[in-house]
Amino acid sequence: MVLAPADRAAVLALWRKLGTNVGIYTTEALERIFVAFPSSKTYFLHLNLSPGSAQVRAHGQKVAEALSLAMNHLDDLPHTLSALRELHTHKLRVDPVFFKLLCHCLLVTLARHYPGDFSPNMHASLVKFLSHVISALAPSSGQIGSVVAEGSCV
Amino acid sequence: MVHFTSEEKAAVASLWAKVNVEAVGGESLARLLIVYPWTQRFFDSFGNLHSESAIMGNPKVKAHGKKVLNSFGNAIKHMDDLKGTFADLSELHCDKLHVDPENFRLLGNMILIVLATHFSKEFTPQMQATWQKLTNAMANALAHKYH
Repeated sequence: MVLAPADRAAVLALWRKLGTNVGIYTTEALERIFVAFPSSKTYFLHLNLSPGSAQVRAHGQKVAEALSLAMNHLDDLPHTLSALRELHTHKLRVDPVFFKLLCHCLLVTLARHYPGDFSPNMHASLVKFLSHVISALAPSSGQIGSVVAEGSCV
Repeated sequence: MVHFTSEEKAAVASLWAKVNVEAVGGESLARLLIVYPWTQRFFDSFGNLHSESAIMGNPKVKAHGKKVLNSFGNAIKHMDDLKGTFADLSELHCDKLHVDPENFRLLGNMILIVLATHFSKEFTPQMQATWQKLTNAMANALAHKYH
């Protein structure tokens, strides 16, 4: 089992609470990564990245849908995310470090909006969940010799 | 050497003025120990670290968190010379404590997350970017004397 029952329950409960607003927070996470880690913008040069951009919002919604999909297929993540893995690693060739940075920005966003729900245990459960998503999306992120970029976590 | 603009220094100072060092320090260290459990290895002498409540309530964790954040606050007064400010602590963490520098970045991110929970209005993307630059520079300064 990929995620222990207590971690699953915690993350699912938070996700239910976020409801249809997940896209708002993933969009904010994107806005944050572009400002805090500007090299991330290199993958989005075709988009309007100004604050409030509808294109960033649309991408945020895609990320939200992928995370919700992952949440509902915790025991089958590599298969569920295979198309996205193919896209991000082979077509877009995203440096795996950016998945960690985006997850960190998402954690900051959720901590900001839901401080009462963001207990250390919830924080730990989210980190575990997101780590599994990253492993399924970017298997090379655990490679020996892969450099951890400045400011990264997870 | 990392250069901070006057706007960045002002942004850091404005948020720092509102920080309860004891509360934020204690919670940041507690989160590090809970979210990244291998870090508990450095704190064997702290007693009960067996659960979230034990760690959050542990007086030694709170005291050490306060010490760490006081050191952080001192560095904020010397943002133009973080390497000099952290020289002794860098040697201590390398030679005596044997802490991998990656853990400084993890603790920096814990501090940012705690700040986000306490200051949701102030913690805009720009504020986060400034604090990421600061904690990153501090982590590098702490790693500077490693050999």
